[in-house]
Amino acid sequence: MTRVLRTREFWLGVIVVAMIVGTNLRSPGFGAPGNVLGIFNNTSILMILALGQMAVILTRSIDLSMASNLALSGMIVAMINAAHPELPVPVLMALAALIGLGLGMFNGALVWRLGIPAIVVTLGTLTIFRGLIFLIAGGKWVNADEMSPDFIQYTRIVVLGMPLLSWYAIVIAVGFFLLMTRTSLGRSLYAIGVNPTASVYAGIDVGRTKFIAFCISGALAGFCGYLWVSRYVIGSVEVANGYELTIVASCVIGGISIAGGVGSVVGALLGASFLGVINSALPVINISPFWQMAISGAAIILAVILNARGEKRGGRLILRQTEPAK
Amino acid sequence: MKDDARNTRHIPDRLDSPVRAAVLSWPSLLLAVAIGLFILNSLASPYFLSPWSLSDATFNFTEKAIIALAMALLIISGEIDLSVASIIALASTMMGLALQFGVDTPGLVAIGIATGLACGAFNGLLVTRLGLPSIVVTIGTMSFFRGISFIVLGDQAFKGYPPSFAFFGQGYVWWVVSFEFALFLVFACAYYVLLHRTSFGRWIFVIGNNQIAARFSGVRVERVKFILFCLTGLMSGIASVLLTSRLASTRPSIAMGWELEVVTMVVLGGVNILGGAGSIQGVVLAAFIMGLVTFGLGLLNVPGIVMSIFIGALLIVVIALPIVVGRIRGRSAG
Repeated sequence: MTRVLRTREFWLGVIVVAMIVGTNLRSPGFGAPGNVLGIFNNTSILMILALGQMAVILTRSIDLSMASNLALSGMIVAMINAAHPELPVPVLMALAALIGLGLGMFNGALVWRLGIPAIVVTLGTLTIFRGLIFLIAGGKWVNADEMSPDFIQYTRIVVLGMPLLSWYAIVIAVGFFLLMTRTSLGRSLYAIGVNPTASVYAGIDVGRTKFIAFCISGALAGFCGYLWVSRYVIGSVEVANGYELTIVASCVIGGISIAGGVGSVVGALLGASFLGVINSALPVINISPFWQMAISGAAIILAVILNARGEKRGGRLILRQTEPAK
Repeated sequence: MKDDARNTRHIPDRLDSPVRAAVLSWPSLLLAVAIGLFILNSLASPYFLSPWSLSDATFNFTEKAIIALAMALLIISGEIDLSVASIIALASTMMGLALQFGVDTPGLVAIGIATGLACGAFNGLLVTRLGLPSIVVTIGTMSFFRGISFIVLGDQAFKGYPPSFAFFGQGYVWWVVSFEFALFLVFACAYYVLLHRTSFGRWIFVIGNNQIAARFSGVRVERVKFILFCLTGLMSGIASVLLTSRLASTRPSIAMGWELEVVTMVVLGGVNILGGAGSIQGVVLAAFIMGLVTFGLGLLNVPGIVMSIFIGALLIVVIALPIVVGRIRGRSAG
């Protein structure tokens, strides 16, 4: 019990619950099960993305191209759906994930084979992927009336009281938890982040594992591309513009150390929930939604300060391949 | 095993012949690219080679380039500031707010610059005092600073800046040379001297290459980094004055996404994103290259979003090329 009390995930969970309860005091009904499930559904996409980002951040890299990847993959499947409405939606979902996987492989290959820092690679592909949307679509949008009913419904069908969108997030989260705690790949991701040199001696192919991390983040971003387009019923160049930093913010708030090797699946999910709850709570307690950005900014700064207190202080610097302090 | 970029990083004070080094250096490569682009552009469009259109082209990049100068120093020291575009937004909002209280041009400029400096100092304090990683801190302040603008402005805009304020972003000092561009050239010279001709500049390189060694050598690492964050904030404040004056209005979405363009400019300029290497000449040339690419493509009616593909590809290719070439050379030699 005391061990649980000492984890940051526990306290983050307490804060998220407290925010829901606090908002409920001001506006009864906010904490009702139906509404909480609604918030969860609204945060599902961010949760999946945060998990993908986590895999990359654990290896001391960062994937800034996730939002552009999402928008590109989503746009492609939306256009295919508009042109061939007879294609079954699960095929399109798989296709979205495959496109995302391909884009992630491109990032990963540049990091692995050429040794270019991840932040530079993904900064480049961030603009390239988004530019490609414009080229492919010729600047056009895909609107609701062009999408097939199935395409829109596959995130909305209610199963056991929750829309499918929420179920996707749950399944992926469970899968991710098993991957991170029960497989050698998951442990390798942590090992690389904690000590790359020692990982090599332990027989881990550091470059290849980083490559796989980018494949994971890419495939999840691609899959979320379908989810996003279906959820918000719009495919355009502007989809998820600037969202890459929200994804990183979820991870940071969730206690995933940007210096690599530290963080948990539960943390990433809670980090995303934190932002999701703020998002939903502000309008309810009559604070202008324009406050949201400043609040999440303040939350990130606070989270980093708390993270740093938890970790040992030492020569850890971001963007440097220094040896970790512990 | 291969701790990638760290081992391949070149140490700036090389010992071989300065002539050979200068010819093979990153800035000379960039210069060749810039000249090539210039020729291509003038062949591609008859409107390119006119003093006025070239002058107009400079407006595309000078504000970003002014920030890139300070950002280069910060990245060489091993840190980064992703909040620069949000500092522009906040500084611009503060100027707009002051305008509502009847503050005149000199006061507006002072407020804009002071806000930038204060934001930079805030970043610097968090990074140096609390020992936090700058990339996360500035992702946080990036939301925070722009968030304040959104709180103040919502979906509104500040307008009605005094006519005398327009000079900074729209005025010309001599013939086709705009005030912005002249200011950029002055700053470029100043930063060149600061980075390459003073002991402060050497400290920046030392910190970027080996922070621990720097500390043992008596360099006050925290203080230098703090000053660099302040400088980056200051330059963002100045850029905010220029941009606000050029647009003659303030919206909270002003300069959205610029942070990534500024970083691209710096990295394209040959500054090692891991710190420890880079030059002001390179950054200035990279600014011109980005300006030439966007302006040239603009003359050819290429939409802005497609240009961003070129910029992104340019960034990756320019970094990947020396690595690939070096590997092929290494293979044939060995």
